[in-house]
Amino acid sequence: MNYDVAVIGAGVIGSLIARELSRYDIKVALVEKCNDMAMATSKANSAIVHAGFDAKPGSMKAKMNVEGTALMPGLCKTLSVPFKPVGSLVVAFSDDEMQTLQELLERGIENGVPGLEIYDSAKLREAEPFISEEAKGALWAPSAGIVCPYELTIAAVENAVVNGAEFIRNFEVKKIDFANGMFTVSDGESEINAKYVVNAAGVFCDEIAALIGDDSIHTTPRKGEYMLCDKSIGHLANHTIFQCPSKMGKGILVTPTVDGNLLIGPSALDIEDKTDVTTTAGTLANVLTAAKRSVPCLTTREVITSFAGLRAHCSRNDFIIEPSEKNAQFINVAGIESPGLSSAPAIGLYVKDMLIKELGAAEKADFKAEREEPVRFRHMSNEERKALIEKNPAYGRIICRCETITEGEILDAIHAPAGARDVDGVKRRTRAGMGRCQGGFCGSKVVELLARELGVEINEITKCGGNSKILYERTK
Amino acid sequence: MLNYDIVVIGGGPAGMAAALKAKECGVDSILILERAETLGGILEQCIHTGFGLHYFGEELSGPEYADRFIELVNEKEIEYKTDTMALEITENNVVYAVNKTDGLLEIQAKAVILAMGCRERPRGALNIAGSRAAGVMSAGTAQKYVNIDGYMPGKKVVILGSGDIGLIMARRMTLEGAEVKVVCELMPYSSGLTRNIVQCLDDFNIPLRLSCTVIGIHGKDRVEGVTIANVDENRRPIPGTEEYIECDTLLLSVGLIPENELTRAVGIELDPVTSGAVVDENRETSHKGVFACGNVLHVHDLVDYVTLESQTAGEGAAKFVLGGGEEPEYITTKGVSGVRYIVPQKVNVKNEGDVKLYFRVGQVYKNAKTVVKYNGEEIISKKRPRLAPGEMESVIIKNDMLKKFAEGGVIEISVEE
Repeated sequence: MNYDVAVIGAGVIGSLIARELSRYDIKVALVEKCNDMAMATSKANSAIVHAGFDAKPGSMKAKMNVEGTALMPGLCKTLSVPFKPVGSLVVAFSDDEMQTLQELLERGIENGVPGLEIYDSAKLREAEPFISEEAKGALWAPSAGIVCPYELTIAAVENAVVNGAEFIRNFEVKKIDFANGMFTVSDGESEINAKYVVNAAGVFCDEIAALIGDDSIHTTPRKGEYMLCDKSIGHLANHTIFQCPSKMGKGILVTPTVDGNLLIGPSALDIEDKTDVTTTAGTLANVLTAAKRSVPCLTTREVITSFAGLRAHCSRNDFIIEPSEKNAQFINVAGIESPGLSSAPAIGLYVKDMLIKELGAAEKADFKAEREEPVRFRHMSNEERKALIEKNPAYGRIICRCETITEGEILDAIHAPAGARDVDGVKRRTRAGMGRCQGGFCGSKVVELLARELGVEINEITKCGGNSKILYERTK
Repeated sequence: MLNYDIVVIGGGPAGMAAALKAKECGVDSILILERAETLGGILEQCIHTGFGLHYFGEELSGPEYADRFIELVNEKEIEYKTDTMALEITENNVVYAVNKTDGLLEIQAKAVILAMGCRERPRGALNIAGSRAAGVMSAGTAQKYVNIDGYMPGKKVVILGSGDIGLIMARRMTLEGAEVKVVCELMPYSSGLTRNIVQCLDDFNIPLRLSCTVIGIHGKDRVEGVTIANVDENRRPIPGTEEYIECDTLLLSVGLIPENELTRAVGIELDPVTSGAVVDENRETSHKGVFACGNVLHVHDLVDYVTLESQTAGEGAAKFVLGGGEEPEYITTKGVSGVRYIVPQKVNVKNEGDVKLYFRVGQVYKNAKTVVKYNGEEIISKKRPRLAPGEMESVIIKNDMLKKFAEGGVIEISVEE
C-alpha cells in the first residue's frame, strides 16, 4: 500500500498527529506494534494536563505545553473524552520551597501560563482540607486539569479512522528503506510505502530513527510506578497536588482521576529495559511514603491496583520535533516525556502543519471533527435507559456488575472504528473489569463476547495481544 | 410498575431457599431476580461433591444441590427472571432491575430479600508487585473456565490462599492434567475446611506452605513464574527466604467479600467485620422490610448453612408481609476475645422460638471452650476440641432463656483456653 504519511506509534502523540492529518486529502497510515493503541506510556502516566510553568522558557516543552493545555478542553469536548479542569497546586514544605514557588510563578508568567497565584497555608487548606499540617503554601494553577489519556488516544484513532486514516496493528517496524523519494516500512512480513514517516515511537524513537541511520536520538526509559486507589477516598484531593520539582521530574503527586479514583505516584528511575513495566514492592512503599508527605491520611488499604509506565527521556532534555538530519521526509517526534500528554494536541497540530506545507494538501470537505459519544449506561437516567433498551436490547444485559457496563457497550467497543480486539482493549474502552472485582466475574463473559463477535475460539482471545492468551486447550 | 409482596435479589441457594420458605409460609406473590442465565448461582460451577451432607444427609454436587431447589421453585410456581440485574433499591422498597426482554423494570415490593452472594478478592487488593501479565486470576474465575466453558486457564499453577475454592481448584486443575506446584497461605493456618485440605491437597501430594506468600509476578505477556517468600508473625516477607517458582498461572483464593453495593446504596447499616448487613434473628436489616441471607450477609463455609439461614430470612419476610408482629425489643450480640463476629447482631427478646447464633473464631484453638454470657453472666459453656476460622460455629439460645432477657441487654460469646 502507498501512503502519503506513515505515523509510527499509536500513542497519544502519534494518534493525534494521525487525527490532524486525517483532515486533509491525503492517505495516512498509523502503524502500531501492539494489538491496540495506547499500549505503553499513553496508558500508564499521571493523566495530568499541566499548566506549563515547569519547562524552561523558550523550549519546545514550554511552547507545546501551554498551547496544548489551552487546546485540551475543546479537543476533549470534540472527541467526547472526559476532561476535568480541576487546577493544580505545587505544595511547599519549607521557606526554601516557598522561594521555589516564586521561581515557578515567574517562569510560568514568562511561559504565558494564565491565572497563577501563590496560596498561603490557610488558603491552601481551604482548597485541600486533607493537606499536611507541614505545608506552608502552594502555587495555584487554574488552567491545569485531568484527562483520561488512553481514552483520548482511542478517540483520536477512532476519529482518524472515520476520516479515512488506516490503523494497522501488530506491525512492529523492523526495517525502513528509502528509494525514489519513498520509504518502505517493513515488519519483516509485510510492508507499506510512504512519502513521509513520522517517528512517534515513544521510548523506541531512537531505535526507529536508527533504522534510517539517524543516531542522534538517545532515549532512556524512566520508569514511574503508581498506585490507584478506590473511589471511596477520591475526596482526599480536589486538585492535582504536586510537590516541588527535582532534577528527575515533578515528584510524587496525589490527584483525582476523571473517573473519581485517587492516583498517587510516580516514582522516577532510569532503567535499561524498554519493556520493563513491572512494579516493585520497595518502590511502591516509597511512593506511598512520599505521597503521605502531601496527604498524611493515605494508606495502602484503599489501593485497588498498581502499575508502572515509562517516560521517553531524551538526553537533549527537550521535545525533539523536527525532520531528521538524515532525511528531511522523516520527522522525529521524540523525547516526549512529561508534559507530553498536555502537549499532545499542540504537537498534533505542529507536525500536521509541517507535513501539510510540504504535501500542499487541501482540507477534506467532509471531515468529521466530532467523535460520537459512546453510550455510558451507568451515567444515564432510568428514562434514558428505558428508551435505550427498547432500541437495542443488548443494553439491557449487564456484563460488568461493579461498573454497570452492558453487553451493548462492549459490542460497541468491539465494533467501533479501530475497535477492541482483546480483554484489556474492552476494559479501556468501556471500564468493564475496572471495578472492585477487577474482572473476576465479567472477565470470562468479555472473553466470550470477543470470541463470538470476532468469530474465533475463546482460547484465541488474549488479555492484551501477543502471547497474553487467557486460556489453553480444552479440558479432558 | 410491577407489584410483588416479596422480591428476592439473587437466585442462588440463598434466594431460592428464602423464596420457597416464604411461599410455604403463605406468601404467593414472590419474584426472584437472577443476574445469570440460570438459577443456581455459583453452585452451577461447583461440580465437586460435598454439598448437602447436613441438609439432605447425602453427598451431592453443586449443580445437584441447586437442582433440588430449582425443581421446587418450578413446582411451587414461584416467578423468576434470569439474566436480570437489580440496579437499585429505593427507600420505599422499589427495586429497579434491567434485562433484555423487559427492559427497565420498576418493581414495588412489600419486602425485599437480599441474596446477592459474594465475590472474590482480586489481586489489586493484595498489591503484589511485578508484571501485569495474563495468567493471574481468581480461583473462582478459573473454576468457571474449566467447569463451564471447558477450557484450561493454565498448565503449571501456583495457588495463593488456601480458602476452599483454592483447595478445590488445586484438585480440579490436577485432575485436568495441570501441575499444581504449591498452595501458599499467608496465615499460619488454612482458612479452608479440613476435609478439603485432606481430599484436595494431601491426596494429590500438593504441598501447602503456611506463613508464605507471593511477593512477585514475572513474565511479559503471560505469567512465567512467581517469587514466593515466608512471612514473619506480622505477615511481612522475611528477606532471604525468596524462592522463584516457574509457572504460567497464579490462582488467587484470598478471601470472599459479600456483594453489598445495593445494600450500601440504600443506606443499610453494615457490620465492618462481616461486610454484610447488621440483622436481627429474622435476618431483617436496619431498613424495614429488607432482609438478607446467604453469603451476602456473611461468608459461609457450607451451602447447607446458607439454606438454613435463608429459610429463616424467608420466614421473617413472610411474617413481615403478612403483618401482625409487635414492636421488637432488641438485645445485641457481640463477639469478644477470639470470636470475630456473631450473626445475628441483634435478637428480639419477644421472639417465640429458639434463636441460633452463628459465629466465627479468629484463629485456631485446641481444647478450648466457647462461653456465652448475658450482661457479663455466664449462661452457656461448651468444650470444643478444635475451633478454626474456616469452620462456622453455632450456639442455640433456648426460648425460655431468651424470655428472661430485657431490651438493651448484651450477649457476648468468647473463647476461653
